[in-house]
Amino acid sequence: MRKIISILVRNHPGVLSHVAGLFTRRAYNIESIAAGETENPDVTRITITVSGDEVIFEQVTKQLRKLIDVIRVRDLKYAESITRELVLLTIYAGMEKRQEVIMIANAFGASVVDIAERTITLEFVGNQRKIDTILHALEAFKIKELARTGIVALPLESQIEQHETML
Amino acid sequence: MTSTKKTGAQIIIQSLIDAGVEHIFGFPGGAVIPIYDVLYDAPLKHILTRHEQGAVHAADGYARATGRVGVCLATSGPGATNLVTGLSTAHMDSVPLVAITGQVPVAMIGNDSFQEADIYGITIPVTKYNYLVKHIEDLQRVIKEAFYIAQTGRPGPVLVDIPKDIQTAKVRPKKIGPVHLPGYLSLGKGHPKQIKAILQAIKNAHRPVIYAGGGIVTSGASEELRKFIQKTQIPVTTTLMGKGVYPENKPLALGMLGMHGTKYANYAIYESDLIIAMGVRFDDRVVGNLAQFAPMAKIIHMDIDPAEIGKRMAVDIPIVGDLKTILCLINQKIQIQVRKSWIKQVEKLKQENPLIFEETGSLKPQFIIKTLSEITKGEIIITTDVGQHQMWTALYYHTTEPRRFISSGGAGTMGYGFPAAIGATVGRPDMPVVAITGDGSFQMCIQELATARTYNLPVKIFILNNGYLGMVRQWQELFYDRRYSFTNLEFNPDFCKVAEGYEIPSIRVTEAKEVRDAIDKALNIDGPVLVDFYIDKEENVIPMIPPGGGQTGFIGEGETYA
Repeated sequence: MRKIISILVRNHPGVLSHVAGLFTRRAYNIESIAAGETENPDVTRITITVSGDEVIFEQVTKQLRKLIDVIRVRDLKYAESITRELVLLTIYAGMEKRQEVIMIANAFGASVVDIAERTITLEFVGNQRKIDTILHALEAFKIKELARTGIVALPLESQIEQHETML
Repeated sequence: MTSTKKTGAQIIIQSLIDAGVEHIFGFPGGAVIPIYDVLYDAPLKHILTRHEQGAVHAADGYARATGRVGVCLATSGPGATNLVTGLSTAHMDSVPLVAITGQVPVAMIGNDSFQEADIYGITIPVTKYNYLVKHIEDLQRVIKEAFYIAQTGRPGPVLVDIPKDIQTAKVRPKKIGPVHLPGYLSLGKGHPKQIKAILQAIKNAHRPVIYAGGGIVTSGASEELRKFIQKTQIPVTTTLMGKGVYPENKPLALGMLGMHGTKYANYAIYESDLIIAMGVRFDDRVVGNLAQFAPMAKIIHMDIDPAEIGKRMAVDIPIVGDLKTILCLINQKIQIQVRKSWIKQVEKLKQENPLIFEETGSLKPQFIIKTLSEITKGEIIITTDVGQHQMWTALYYHTTEPRRFISSGGAGTMGYGFPAAIGATVGRPDMPVVAITGDGSFQMCIQELATARTYNLPVKIFILNNGYLGMVRQWQELFYDRRYSFTNLEFNPDFCKVAEGYEIPSIRVTEAKEVRDAIDKALNIDGPVLVDFYIDKEENVIPMIPPGGGQTGFIGEGETYA
C-alpha cells in the first residue's frame, strides 16, 4: 500500500537528517521525498510517499510526530488530496523522430524545454497516473536522463468540505 | 540582563547553573579547553572520569538515582564518539541526559580537521534531540531547550555540540523567555472515556495482573501504583526497568516477568484475563511470542508515548498520558475490591514454581545476591552490568523502592554498571551503592577505579567472577551444542591486585560461608571496596524462556544439561 504523508517541520539545518534518519533507523521505505518552504519561511513542508502495511504506516506517523522539529503530520488520502510531480525527461530523438515526440508531448500537455542534435528534453507535471501514462507513451524512445521531483501534495479542500457536510 | 559581554564558555556554565546543575561528569580535551577554563573556579562539582564512556554512564546513573538530568562533557572527535554507547544506553531506557561536546571551529567543520567528528550526524538515532550550535546568539536558548527536552514527556538524552570558536566568542547575555517548541509535547492527560473503560474492565476482570515498567519510575507514580494495588488487590509483575515500583517482598509482588522472569509471574500473565500494562513497551525480552503472552486477556496499555501503543502488541484499551495523572484519576474512582480466589491461585503458582537454586557445592551467585538482599533489606541502591549477574540480581535481590535498581535494560550495555554506580553515589551520597558486575563487564570500564579512588566514592564493587562471558556461554551451551567460542576468558587479572594498584581495599570470597561476613565488611568500609566472588563457573540463569518463546515455554531445569 502506498501512502502520502505531509509533514510541516521547523525550517533549520539538520531537520531533513532527523526525518530521513528516522526512516533508516526503523527500516521504513521511502518512495519519494520532496521538501520546500511554505508560506511561512520558518516552516518547511516535506511530502513523503511511503509503502507498507497499515501497522507500519501508523508507526511511521507516530514516530514522526515524536520528532522535536515536526510541527504537524498529516496523512493525505489519495481521494482527498491533490498530488503533483514534475518530470524532466531527455530522450534520444534525432531529426527524423522529433515530430513524433512533439506530437505525443502536445497530446499530454508536456512542454518541450530543449532540443539538441540527438536529443529532446520534455517537461511535464501531473499526478501519478498522468506521469505513468506519458512515460508509457514515450516507451519506444531511449531515455538519456530522467529526473523526478517526487510527489508534492495538499489536501483537496473542496472534497473535504463535501465529505464533512455529508456527515 | 547584564550589560557586560560574556564568552560562550561562560554562558554555557551559567546556563548549566541556571538549569539547576550541581554535578558534571567529564573529560577534558582540546576543543573544550575554554569550557574547562571557566569550570576551574565555577560553583559546580566536576567529576573527572578516566574515559568519556565512564562520564556518560556516570551521568546516566546519577540521573536514574536522583530523577534529575545527568550532565556530561567531552571534547570533539574521539571524545565525542566515546559518548555514543552511553547516549544509546540512556536513549533506550528513557534517561534524561544533557551531553555537551566540543567541536572544531565553525570554519573548519567539514574539512576533516584534527579531532573532528560529525557527532551531530552520528548521534541523531541515539538521542531524543541534538544540536550543533553555529551562532553564539543561539547558545543560551539551545541549552535551555536541551534541559527542557531531556526531562519532559518521555525523557531522553540530548546532545549539544559546540564549536571551539563559539566557546571563545563574546556576546551580551539576554534574558530568555520560556521554551517555545511548536508541535512538541502535546501531552495526553488520560482521556475520560478511556478511564471509564479501564474502570469497567477492572471491575469485570477475574484474573487481572499488573505489568509495570520503567514508566512508573520516570513518572514518579510508585505511590499511586501502591495505592491502586492496595485498593484493587491485583498482583503485580515488573520489568527489569520497573524493579522497586512496588516492594518485591510483598505477597502481591510476582517479581520480574519475561525471558528470565519468575515462572509464577509468567504463568500468572498467561492465565490472566486482564493485563494492566503501565509504562512498558512489550519488549522482546518480556514478550517473546505475542500470541502466547496472555491469550485469554484483554490488554490495557498506559503510556506517555503514543508511539508505544500498538508498536508490538495490539491492545484493547490504550490510554496516553502521564502515568501519575492517570493513576490518580483511577484511584479516585476505583472501588475497593476483593479477589480471594485469584490471589489464592497466584499463591499456588508461587508455591508450586518457586525460585530455587542448588545450594550445595561451589559458591552460587544466587546465594550471594540473596544474602545481600537479606542484609540490606532491599533498601540500598544496586547497579548492575549486563549478563548473568544482572539477571541473578534481578531475580534474587528484592528491591523495595524505585530508583534503587539501576541497570542497562534496553541497550544491554556491558561496562555500564560500575560507572553508573559512581554517578549514583555522587547523586545520592546518603545511600549505600553496590555495583554488581561480572568479570567480563567490569573490564569494560575498569579504569574508573581511579575515579572512585580520587573522590573516595563509597562504591562497593561485587564481581561475580566465573571466568566466562557467562550469558553468551549459557546460550552456547543451550543452543550451540556447548561450543564455547571465545567466551572463556582464559586470562583474567587478579582483581584484588588490580584494586590494590588503585589503593582500593578488596576481599576475595571463594566459599559460601564467607559471603555474609564479606558483604558486612564491604558495606562498613568507608570509601570504595572491591569484592571478588569466585562463583560456580557454569551456573546458568534459570528460569529461561528461549528467544521467541511463549510465556509458559520454559527450558526444563536439568533436562538440557545434566
